[in-house]
Amino acid sequence: MNELNNNVDIKDWYVSHFQAFENSLNGSSKAPFHQIRRSAIAKFADLGFPGRRDEEWKYTNLSALLKHKFPVAARPASLPAETVRQFVFKGLAENLLVFVNGRYSKALSNYRASAAGVVVDSLENALKNRPEVIERYLAKYAPFEEESFVALNTAFAVDGAFIYVPDNVAVEQPVHLLYISDVSAGSHFASPRNLIVAGRNSQVKIVESYHGVGESPYFNNVVTEAAVNENARVDHIRIQDEGLNAYHVYSLETHQQQNSVYWMVNVDMGGALVRNNLTLTLDAENCEGHLLGFYMANGKQHIDNHTAIDHAKPNCFSNELYKGILGGKAKGVFNGKIFVRRDAQKTNAYQNNKALLLSDDATINSKPQLEIFADDVKCSHGATVGQLDNEALFYLRSRGIPQDQANSILQHAFANEVFEHITIASVREHLEEIIAERFARL
Amino acid sequence: MIAIKDLKVSVEGNRILKGVNLEIKAGEVHAIMGPNGSGKSTLANVLAGREDYQVDSGEVLYRGKNLLEMSPEDRAREGVFLAFQYPVEIPGVSNANFLKTALNEIRQYRGLEKLDAMEFLSLVKERMQLVEMDPKLLNRSVNEGFSGGEKKRNEIFQLAVLEPALAIMDETDSGLDIDALKIVANGVNKLRGKDRAFLVITHYQRLLNYIVPDFVHVLVDGKFVESGGKELALQLEEHGYDWIKNEREASVTM
Repeated sequence: MNELNNNVDIKDWYVSHFQAFENSLNGSSKAPFHQIRRSAIAKFADLGFPGRRDEEWKYTNLSALLKHKFPVAARPASLPAETVRQFVFKGLAENLLVFVNGRYSKALSNYRASAAGVVVDSLENALKNRPEVIERYLAKYAPFEEESFVALNTAFAVDGAFIYVPDNVAVEQPVHLLYISDVSAGSHFASPRNLIVAGRNSQVKIVESYHGVGESPYFNNVVTEAAVNENARVDHIRIQDEGLNAYHVYSLETHQQQNSVYWMVNVDMGGALVRNNLTLTLDAENCEGHLLGFYMANGKQHIDNHTAIDHAKPNCFSNELYKGILGGKAKGVFNGKIFVRRDAQKTNAYQNNKALLLSDDATINSKPQLEIFADDVKCSHGATVGQLDNEALFYLRSRGIPQDQANSILQHAFANEVFEHITIASVREHLEEIIAERFARL
Repeated sequence: MIAIKDLKVSVEGNRILKGVNLEIKAGEVHAIMGPNGSGKSTLANVLAGREDYQVDSGEVLYRGKNLLEMSPEDRAREGVFLAFQYPVEIPGVSNANFLKTALNEIRQYRGLEKLDAMEFLSLVKERMQLVEMDPKLLNRSVNEGFSGGEKKRNEIFQLAVLEPALAIMDETDSGLDIDALKIVANGVNKLRGKDRAFLVITHYQRLLNYIVPDFVHVLVDGKFVESGGKELALQLEEHGYDWIKNEREASVTM
């Protein structure tokens, strides 16, 4: 079957499951959000899946994902607590929300409400209990009318994380959102949907992590929206460490108000095929947006980061640094767009991406894309691709450090430029341990 | 300690060392002098195990073992140390972590206990004083942004911490002003001992005023052409390398 016919066939498969999904919703299909789901499935039926002729998907071939007909994830039986425990990041066991196959598990979660008015809950509960917040923010930023994966997620979105921080509140303990895909009973596709709302003058730190249990192939299609209100600060860490049976598409849309600060550190280690679509919109003056990413891939892994930073208003600052280490026959893609709108004078925007290729068969396609419509701006971008520095390697070995360890020290140093921005020390430490063990395998 | 026999080495197809013979005993300090391009650095790098060099023939016995068959890390663990002419900068790797890793690798190889953070710290504090190194450099990335002098001090500081049996110093004096040279030489002199040998490679006699060698060898065009005591260095300083070359040519003509 050619690509076009196959994409239509698979699209029809997902569309045809919407009806059954809708019936399974019972009462909640009467909530206003369900109208959005319906528009989204109609839009998805229009858009279909992107093909390789689509400029945004030129280097990422979806055929491996689109040969599967994945059923909608069912609400799973619970997992043993020790299965969950192995994935929990250090120091965060008491600030934990666990999602299995995209559905919140109260039994496995352990979150103690902190400051008054802070809501850390499942989206499913929030759809019932917080209609005013849902109506104001949910599906307002992630463009289901244009992006087929966002449309597909929106159509099937029932659950995920809901974090609401009221005005003038700083949440002290980081919130750990732990997503486990359990495919030991078979394949599925899941549509986790997260909404983060940070009120005026608020602060919150969020650690999202993705893991898998079981061998069957599956498709995780995640959307996260973050509304960062005036003078708020959000520290957002995402760590994707799923198995090689995972297809993972992650879409992020942030919307920043005046004087707000948003930091993201995005780490991909797992997955057979990973695509991140990350968009920061700096929609008021004096905002700061930071986008840091690290990815490592081996074997036949494919990791694609498409990022966009939209400077809509004047006097904002953005900084982006993406670094990747690729071994085996792994493929990396980096596309970094920076838009500076006509109004956005005095913009400072910096972008840099660096890739380290450890084998002759690993490849990276890297493309910075700056579209600048204002005249008084400072923008820069840089891209480098290289191998480990042989001189540095020899220097370390000449001091008695064995070759494997010398390799891993240099890879670690390369990654450090990103990790040093992780402000939660225990998470950084834990991540470095995982990474060190992975480096040893590269 | 080390015996180099008829060593012939090529780089990218060009023969650089054309039959080098040298024996160094424990406790001795040997200096190798020679003009640019004579093969001094090649010899240092071959002994440390750099891969870009092709050993065409000859052998190097180090404490009875075949040195040329060892990996660079095994040479270091066996006690060979090269103070680099151009120490490389390694961003993102802290000087302290790097040196602690290296020291513990070497200690482990020698059957010694690894040092913990406190023991390591007190050791490095003491050894830093040998070369009057700024303690702040310990927490910086390896050689990153160091001045030329700081880099060379860092090499000798590493030497002091790792305590090799054979220390090879490749033009440690290049780029040092006279004050820094005295400090570095003073540090080296304190590290001299009956169990340790030094191979000091230099273009200029100046360094040898402060690190006084037991033997001086002159390397010209890949071969030793003259060997003698410390006074040979002074003669070279006085007459220049041309004196040696002319003397050789004269002897060939005869």
